[in-house]
Amino acid sequence: MSIFVNKDTKVITQGITGAVGLFHTQQALAYGTQVVGGVTPGKGGTTVEGLPVFNTVVDAVAATGATASVIYVAAPFAADAIMEAIDAELDLVVCITEGIPVLDMVKVRRYLEGKKTRLIGPNCPGVITPDECKIGIMPGYIHKKGHVGIVSRSGTLTYEAVHQLSTRGIGQSTAVGIGGDPVNGTNFIDVLEAFENDPETKAVIMIGEIGGTAEEEAAEWIKENMTKPVVGFIGGQTAPPGKRMGHAGAIISGGKGTAAEKIATLERCGVSVASTPAVIGETLVNLLEAKGLLDEFVVKS
Amino acid sequence: MNVHEYQGKEVLKKFGVQVPNGYVAFNADEAVQAAQSLGGNLWVVKAQIHAGGRGKAGGVKLAKSLDEVREFANELIGKVLVTHQTGPEGKEIKRLLIEEGCPIEKEYYIGVVIDRSTNSVVMMGSEEGGTEIEEVAEKTPEKIFKEVVDPAVGLLPFQANRLANRINIPKEKVREAVKFMLALYRVFVEKDCAIAEINPLVTTTDGRVMALDAKLNFDSNALYRQKDIVALRDLDEEDAKEIEASKYDLSYIALDGNIGCMVNGAGLAMATMDIIKHYSGDPANFLDVGGGATAEKVTEAFKIILSDEKVKGIFVNIFGGIMKCDVIADGVIQAAKQVELDRPLVVRLEGTNVELGKKMLNESGLAIVAADSMADGAQKIVELVK
Repeated sequence: MSIFVNKDTKVITQGITGAVGLFHTQQALAYGTQVVGGVTPGKGGTTVEGLPVFNTVVDAVAATGATASVIYVAAPFAADAIMEAIDAELDLVVCITEGIPVLDMVKVRRYLEGKKTRLIGPNCPGVITPDECKIGIMPGYIHKKGHVGIVSRSGTLTYEAVHQLSTRGIGQSTAVGIGGDPVNGTNFIDVLEAFENDPETKAVIMIGEIGGTAEEEAAEWIKENMTKPVVGFIGGQTAPPGKRMGHAGAIISGGKGTAAEKIATLERCGVSVASTPAVIGETLVNLLEAKGLLDEFVVKS
Repeated sequence: MNVHEYQGKEVLKKFGVQVPNGYVAFNADEAVQAAQSLGGNLWVVKAQIHAGGRGKAGGVKLAKSLDEVREFANELIGKVLVTHQTGPEGKEIKRLLIEEGCPIEKEYYIGVVIDRSTNSVVMMGSEEGGTEIEEVAEKTPEKIFKEVVDPAVGLLPFQANRLANRINIPKEKVREAVKFMLALYRVFVEKDCAIAEINPLVTTTDGRVMALDAKLNFDSNALYRQKDIVALRDLDEEDAKEIEASKYDLSYIALDGNIGCMVNGAGLAMATMDIIKHYSGDPANFLDVGGGATAEKVTEAFKIILSDEKVKGIFVNIFGGIMKCDVIADGVIQAAKQVELDRPLVVRLEGTNVELGKKMLNESGLAIVAADSMADGAQKIVELVK
């Protein structure tokens, strides 16, 4: 088991004929992901990497039985691409695209209401269940199959955490990048709830950053609902207020959204917070060791 | 992206949001001319910088004669204004807004923001105008009222009416206030604002409801479809290194420390600053070279970091996923050769093609200190800049 994606997930790439979409489709295929086709308006009827290309998402779904889509469409057109995928009733839509206007995402969120689709992102690295399905831009080889679920607002910081686990022989169930935008499809609580309900996931790492109050809300949820151990990390302890730190959502405004506040709330709610990004793995190991659980996590290889 | 108050007010005016009459002035002569064109016998001379808190810092003056307009303009132009938002170095005043004085009856607060908890546009209002909304939220949260907007229909008249009533706008002016709010919402969505803050919104004894101040901030992601807003950008208000970085699509923010950082990914870049601080160092910048950086981009990033005289050493922290370590190594080597690297450089590489990258750095003949981990690298650079 795992969350959101597994070996049966059938994926189409929206924007498959663009350089980025093509490159990552090749990478996904090499990892073993079941990519079944792609969509680029105007390129229907052609093939890319032996995969059929369609003009519309609904055609692609009808012909291939796809259950998920990944979006590499340029920012000005990405919101429309997301809504097209929602309209086609895919189970999962992962939007990698960075730089979508936030008011476009406000509309997307409204459009999602009452629909069956789960949207992950935008401005995220994607989601991976090691050895089964990789949707997105993360380097597949650093992952190892196992029992730690990871949810994060940052891409490279997720790779860092995964690497710290894998090199210690600790595998991951699923790693989900929810993205660095202020308005997105899936939040921390959605993913934490899925991990809590997933029997394969036995501990969780949650990586947040400055801006907004999603981490605080997640902390309260963890306190009330989570039975599995959670390790946290918050980036941006040294970030100046009022400056957008790369991610559109990573900004301290009006004294709100500081790292100090988030760390304090997480700790109060029982989350073990890593003091530096270099000790995320170590913090989890220490926590599991203290609980006498470490052996269950180390993958024999 | 921020704009000046006078520019924000021009945008508001185009959408029918009432603002006081006024003109921008770059010197005292223009200021007096502006006051003459406005007429009347009371003018406000307002310093135009991209920071709040101008009033308290002495950047807003009330002039009762044309001579006073000239006097205040002379005093303010060229002055460095230090407010709680500028930092201790302050900002030089280069532009003034000359406005008609208004017979103010009462001050209110109206703000439009993207609310991350509801994923919606929210209009907030308060009777406590003139005070910073954060302070009101802290001390008297019951005095802030919110209307969550459904994007499918926009801000509805009944919502504006409800908000106007809750913040106790006098009943004979509620209709004007409703018009004001509906127009302000239109500005927000049609111009892709990130924040539109009117503090204060005022009612006047001559029956008007208008924006006495205006702080508009625009969504950088939407600037491609807001060409007229881009034209309002004032480069004088931005850090020169940040402007240079933006030309190469690098995300750079200047800080006060002495350790230059070059990192891939925004989250890792923030975390790198944090770990430097953890080992008692001080980061000089935030710099995300992005996921798809080329050797050229890395070279430019290096030049920008080195152009900062405060920088005493550089820490390169790369987790190469899609971005390969040998590409980074190539960029570092080329940059170090081009710019004559005269300060300590610590490089931590991890990820795709890491062995090749390390080999290239070792064989380059450059004085590069290799680090095994993020913590190791941070400790090494902190030690080297001491």
